[in-house]
Amino acid sequence: MKPTGTWNEIRDIDPMALLSEHTREHIEHWIAKFPPDRKRSALIQSLFAAQEQNNGFLTDELIVAVAKYLDLPQVWAFEVASFYSMFETKPVGRNNVAICTNISCWLNGAEDLVRHCEKKLGTKLGESTADGRIYLKREEECLAACCGAPMMVVNGHYHENLDTAKVDEILEKLK
Amino acid sequence: MSAQPANPNTPPDHVAIEINGRETFAPKGSMIIQAADKLGISIPRFCYHEKLPIAANCRMCMVEVEMGGRPMPKPQPACATPVADGMKIFTQSQRALSAQRNVMEFLLINHPLDCPICDQGGECELQDLSMGYGRSVSRFVERKRTIPDEDLGPLVETEMTRCIQCTRCVRVMAEVAGTYELGGMERGERLQIGTYVGKPLMSELSGNVIDVCPVGALTNKAFRFKARAWELLARESIGYHDALGSNLWLHTRRGEVLRTVPRDNEAINECWLSDRDRYSHEGVYAADRAKRPLVKRDGTWHEVDWDEGLRAASEALRRVPRGALGTLVHGATSTEEGTLVAQLVRALGHDAIDHRLRQLDVSDGAAATAFEMPFAEIEKADVVVLVGCQPRRELPLLNVRLRKAVKRGAKVYTVNVLDGDATFPLAGKRIVAPQAFVDALLSLGRAAGAATTGGAFADALAQAGDDEASKTIAAALAGAGSSVVILGEAATTHPQAAWLRAAARHLATATNSAFDEIPLAANAVGLARAGVLPRGEGGDVRAQLCAPRDGYLLYNVDAPADFADGAQAWSALAAAPTVVAFSAYAGSALREVADVILPIGLLPEIDATLTNLDGITQLVRPGTKLPGDARPGWRVLRALGAALALDGFDFVEIAEARARITDVAAAPLRAPVARATIDAADGLVRIATVAIYRTDAVLRRSPALAAHPLNRGARLVLHPQDGLALGIGQGGSARIGEAAFAVELSTEVPAGAAWLEAGYDDTALLPPYGATLTIARS
Repeated sequence: MKPTGTWNEIRDIDPMALLSEHTREHIEHWIAKFPPDRKRSALIQSLFAAQEQNNGFLTDELIVAVAKYLDLPQVWAFEVASFYSMFETKPVGRNNVAICTNISCWLNGAEDLVRHCEKKLGTKLGESTADGRIYLKREEECLAACCGAPMMVVNGHYHENLDTAKVDEILEKLK
Repeated sequence: MSAQPANPNTPPDHVAIEINGRETFAPKGSMIIQAADKLGISIPRFCYHEKLPIAANCRMCMVEVEMGGRPMPKPQPACATPVADGMKIFTQSQRALSAQRNVMEFLLINHPLDCPICDQGGECELQDLSMGYGRSVSRFVERKRTIPDEDLGPLVETEMTRCIQCTRCVRVMAEVAGTYELGGMERGERLQIGTYVGKPLMSELSGNVIDVCPVGALTNKAFRFKARAWELLARESIGYHDALGSNLWLHTRRGEVLRTVPRDNEAINECWLSDRDRYSHEGVYAADRAKRPLVKRDGTWHEVDWDEGLRAASEALRRVPRGALGTLVHGATSTEEGTLVAQLVRALGHDAIDHRLRQLDVSDGAAATAFEMPFAEIEKADVVVLVGCQPRRELPLLNVRLRKAVKRGAKVYTVNVLDGDATFPLAGKRIVAPQAFVDALLSLGRAAGAATTGGAFADALAQAGDDEASKTIAAALAGAGSSVVILGEAATTHPQAAWLRAAARHLATATNSAFDEIPLAANAVGLARAGVLPRGEGGDVRAQLCAPRDGYLLYNVDAPADFADGAQAWSALAAAPTVVAFSAYAGSALREVADVILPIGLLPEIDATLTNLDGITQLVRPGTKLPGDARPGWRVLRALGAALALDGFDFVEIAEARARITDVAAAPLRAPVARATIDAADGLVRIATVAIYRTDAVLRRSPALAAHPLNRGARLVLHPQDGLALGIGQGGSARIGEAAFAVELSTEVPAGAAWLEAGYDDTALLPPYGATLTIARS
């Protein structure tokens, strides 16, 4: 992949300075669930906490801070952060809106919802609004809520049986 | 499980299996591919590597397996399927071959099919296997994926579009080097190998990713597009930049070494090679290589022929009064040459000959000895205590063995003047300033037990400090089934090395541990055994330089950088009326002090024997041709001996010279006497370890290594506390005498000490290790 080129900036990162107290509490909570030599198991949740702290996306600095806090090789944290689609490694809007476009939702009109949102927000799928309020996630795979199709996930919360009115209502509420 | 083994002759902990109809026994828990390899049955593979953990992600090694008379429903990967009793494996059946062929088709979907322009072409595992398993026509018509390249530094070239994601490189960096620098980023079809942040590989073993890469994704940057594999001749040789003597192949074309690759030797380097040994060949072709004999007349240098060169050398040597010649031999010199030099100067009536150039204290008469615990056994030790040893810098492959030991559960402790960048968790560490090093070791010695003999050492031991940390280490050593004390560079080059050695030896003896002192040069053990040491008093390297001689004979010596105390060596050489140098290089420094320079060959160019740190003597044959009129050193010495009409120089073949080498019994160590203390009252005490890519003349001339980020240049590293006291911040600048240095603050260095790596031009003439430096802000 094209390297981010932040090698020099991330060399002397102090995780205590970069991770907020709340984030560290969350990480400690997850570390406690695993044996002491299995801190790697807490990596995903730790990255989530760091992402939340930073309004929805991870920076290289934060990923390194998490790795250092967990005393893991940095490259492991980069692997995880780039693997999962739930981690944003580029700056995005603070509210993460992911409309499911997998088969059940698609058959139930997900594409119309996507088009509606794009028009309403004036932004394309995979982009954020200019005011940084909403990020329309590029493509979300099946989120295992087919019974309520079409559905979307907003900041981790499921909204099911959607139509354009419901979507409008949900989007309005996002600050 | 109480099932009876299928074959009653099955050895314990083994199972009986059948591969392609051949019956064999394989250890329980081993994999099919390992059993097949042992039988010589080849199964195609990309990600499996016998020295790396199993990943099973290339899926190339599919085989058909039958258990209890029933075939398994799907083909199994041979590298990740453990053997079981009564298992029948078919590697060439219709099903196995079809699975392998299908995997190959998938691997080739995104791999460029442009072998003629790929540097790996002709020695590519993918190319070879696709000849056997691939189709001649590609059915894939869609767009191929491309991946941007990364700059991994001056040693490894990348062409990531060729990568087949076998992750061997990821596993080498993680498991062998222990630096975890590469990873698999993103996922699925977008999975790609990289550093994510764009950093150069900082490991001292990074070149090994080139060897393990089955395709042309990671190739040798220094060798790029220079030659095809079939143009090269492989010549056996060994590494000569550390005392390990790693086995390697020199790949030469028309007498020129184009690259170096490892040669397997389980007892020494396994299948790995340090970057130092891999890239040093570039230094052999440096511009200042001596190609013709050189004679200085009235201050100007003249190229002369051998007759005249030898005449000038013999006249110069005859001018030196009996007993007044100092002879300094580099520790990587072959045993034959070392013996002949000693024979030559002794025949002329001189006894002062030494090869311990990097040592500041030889008062105990110690010379290099072989490891008590063999190098390959260190990975099986239970407790290791490193004394003044930074394995990654001194002996990169020792770090590989130590990591293996730690993974097995061994405890490694370190006592040093520098906090290293260990790639494994240490069980304990004690970092002290050089002035407190002896005390720290004495208290360790005391914790191990009282001295068995009297004298100054026993008294010092009895008075040594009594601390818990030392007791823990000594108890760990004493309680371990297999333990070793390893003495490294920061101890052996210390100005009180005799005390450190005595204390470390005592620690090892009292705890029933082995004692391994890392020799400071490639053939230090061989030269010590052959007696390239002064026989009488006052001829050692320290005496030769403290009381300058009328003349010096330098053999393979790059002054002043090869000396522990460069300034002292330089002034002794500059003041001597006669200096005859046998040297592969005629650099400007040598031209300043020498009167005659006789060009000799470097190790890859000559017949030689070297003895490594285990005491294994390895014979090397010339792998490449000599530049210009340069000759192997032993021939030059033979001719010079004949020109001087000395006895014993009438041989023709090197075998005759070799036959005359006799081992000299090592002199017993002298007990250390009065201890000079290091006065650190008004300044900081220098720590001087040689920088990793600056340890000898050849390395200092290798462009690829010079460009490597580990070759950081002369810099002053201080403890933050000392930096604060001096008013110098991170990135500031400081003066030592006339010279200015960039300052780095780091807790790697203990308070009260200043670390200035040796081996750089800017640090060569500074006060040596253990000297008190007056540092001022500039």
